[in-house]
Amino acid sequence: MSEPTIRVRNLHKSYGETAILRGVDLDVAQGEVVCVIGPSGSGKSTLLACIDGLEPFEHGEIVVCGDHVGLGPERGGARQRLPEAHMNKVRRKIGIVFQQFNLFPHMTALGNIVEAPIHVLGIARAEAEARGRALLADVGLASKADSYPGELSGGQQQRVAIARSLAMRPAAMLFDEVTSALDPELVGEVLGVMRKLAAAGMTMVVVTHEMAFAREVADRIVFMDEGRVVEVAPPAEFFAAPKSPRAAVFLARILSGGRDA
Amino acid sequence: MDFEWGLFVESLPALAKGAVTTAYLALGAAFFGLAIGLVGGLMRVARNATLRAVSLFYVTVMRGVPLLVTLLFIYYGLPSAGILLEAKTVAILALALTNGAYVTEIVRGGIESIDRGQMRAARSLGMSTALAMRRIVLPQALRRVLPPITNEAITLLKNTSLVSVIAIPDLLRAGTDIMTWQANTFSPFAGVALMYLCLTLPLVALNGHLERRFRIR
Repeated sequence: MSEPTIRVRNLHKSYGETAILRGVDLDVAQGEVVCVIGPSGSGKSTLLACIDGLEPFEHGEIVVCGDHVGLGPERGGARQRLPEAHMNKVRRKIGIVFQQFNLFPHMTALGNIVEAPIHVLGIARAEAEARGRALLADVGLASKADSYPGELSGGQQQRVAIARSLAMRPAAMLFDEVTSALDPELVGEVLGVMRKLAAAGMTMVVVTHEMAFAREVADRIVFMDEGRVVEVAPPAEFFAAPKSPRAAVFLARILSGGRDA
Repeated sequence: MDFEWGLFVESLPALAKGAVTTAYLALGAAFFGLAIGLVGGLMRVARNATLRAVSLFYVTVMRGVPLLVTLLFIYYGLPSAGILLEAKTVAILALALTNGAYVTEIVRGGIESIDRGQMRAARSLGMSTALAMRRIVLPQALRRVLPPITNEAITLLKNTSLVSVIAIPDLLRAGTDIMTWQANTFSPFAGVALMYLCLTLPLVALNGHLERRFRIR
């Protein structure tokens, strides 16, 4: 079996006294789409932030495309915090899209997309812009290249944010509740872009409350609760008959109408 | 009231000469003050605790000591320690150090007002902290602090009037000289006030221009 694109082993992370992640294991194979679901506060978003090296963690191991994230390989029973220069390189390989878009408001849509390719990868502006325009067309926003984020709808902003991450040609994409801040009528256009991306073979970890999307697009569902992975199963199996009682309760609550709070 | 139109008009050339000195001091001090404030503000939010402490110490001291005292200390106090500076250098130094302290705090506030998600997004794209600060956070922060920086620049300009105590022939000094020679208080000082006001107008205009130019849509 080949090395997974993302490998997480026994990940522990806490904020002060509060343990957020209590020993998470997760493998994501190349081209696989994993949807992470679970109640609020179960550590899903923190898991993504750790994988992208945006949050330090205390114990465990994260390897992305063969590179350690956060903590180095174990030597003599201990792991060293990896230097920032290394982390900056690793972060290029993983794209992350946030709930709050976080577009750069002082730059146009195209400016947002070409910023990192030009200033981090050192790609020539003309080349970066050509590719940026192609990416904008891919997410259905070819005509919005010169618009500023403040002039775009939430759904459009989120699609630009996805294009911005893709511009770094990441080996994997992480999605952190990317439709949760959107008006309901705008959710579809963002999920549509993600569907296309999945179909194109992108390795994806998607934290979401969109159960229909998870059921349709995911190769596997990861159910998290209280900082642990409680259940991993193919979507058909998981949604039809969750094995763990906690997943069953969660699904019953969500599918009975209301989202979890 | 002893306003004399003739004397008012007559005093204008001398006042204008003083105004040039005032403008020179203000521009010089504003330049260095901004530079100090930018560096100081970045130090205030640095990860390195020593840099943060140094910057906070500087701000606390310079904001806590009256500018007049700083001026007199550098002009009369430092020579006893063997440091003898020209009056205009002293003026620019004291003004810049004081102005820089206020600008430091303004810049820090501006940086901290930018949503943390901006830095996070920039870092997630592989940018170093320094690059993200330079390209993403600072440009937004500086737009936001333009109005308070303009305030400080106007304060700085008016504070230059204190330098007359170290015998610099500035705008205020030109006014007091005329008052002494002509034995008329109202006319020259009306001119002085008017000139200070006029000197602030370009700053107001510059602020408006920059705000329009760098407006975030």
